[in-house]
Amino acid sequence: MIFRIKVFVTPKRGILDPQGRAVEQSLKSLGFARVDGVRVGKYIALEIDASSVQEAEGTLKRMCEQLLANTVIEDYRFEVEAG
Amino acid sequence: MKWGVVSFPGSLDDRDALYALRDVMGQDAIALWHKDESLGGVECVVLPGGFSYGDYLRTGAIARFAPIMKSVARFAADGGFVIGICNGFQILCEAHLLPGALTRNRSLSFICEWVTLRVDNSKTAFTRAARDGELIRLPIKHGEGSYVAPEGELSAMEERGQVILRYVDSSGRDSDEANPNGSMHAIAGVANERFNVFGLMPHPEHAVDAMLGGDDGLRLFRSIIASTS
Repeated sequence: MIFRIKVFVTPKRGILDPQGRAVEQSLKSLGFARVDGVRVGKYIALEIDASSVQEAEGTLKRMCEQLLANTVIEDYRFEVEAG
Repeated sequence: MKWGVVSFPGSLDDRDALYALRDVMGQDAIALWHKDESLGGVECVVLPGGFSYGDYLRTGAIARFAPIMKSVARFAADGGFVIGICNGFQILCEAHLLPGALTRNRSLSFICEWVTLRVDNSKTAFTRAARDGELIRLPIKHGEGSYVAPEGELSAMEERGQVILRYVDSSGRDSDEANPNGSMHAIAGVANERFNVFGLMPHPEHAVDAMLGGDDGLRLFRSIIASTS
């Protein structure tokens, strides 16, 4: 069974995110004065062939821990959708 | 002493490192390829600067899985000396051979300039040719050199003396202005707990001749030679 996956990787809270800060400042200078807490991360789309949601999630967790995210500086979460 | 310099696809400074070791220092240095599994009996492995595998995903994230890195990890576990310069430092962090990670410069700009560094631990194999508190000048050239580690880990590293090099001003003080990339604790170079793996963002291999702006890089290479003889 094919599962369609969305992985979201974002800088951990407390880790300096200069991209997020630059985007936030730009938004403010455009007049969006009430914007706050901008973080810039990554969105990774992929498909996994697995026999169950649990198996797909297990595989995905290993992918994130080993390669897709650096857990020293990044958090990750994912959404699994049966294709 | 026998050295090995690893070339990954996208490495830039592998030849400069070989030039520094062979031509300037008269060392026996061999080129190693990322697909090699043997390290050829070297006593120190150098992971050079560059943009290995395009630095896709994160700097060093893909290079960490190159076939040679298994051998490098084994070599380090056996106590062998490993130095990662710039991209090599990023690879060592991704490979968990060094603590922490390197992220985008605070300024978001690529920085290419000479910096002043303070040697904060001269008892290591990589710095024994220097004195504690001594200032050296090396060039940096990177977009992602901002060193980050969890606060608890940082203070443990500081206590153990793992922070070997720090960005400072010309009088030797670390300050926000003297910190080119926003690194935590102004960290420019760190060692592992066992002090046989060393990563630094500045480039000692580019500072081996006064005619090229300075030769303080020789101090680091000489330290390692003294440590193996």
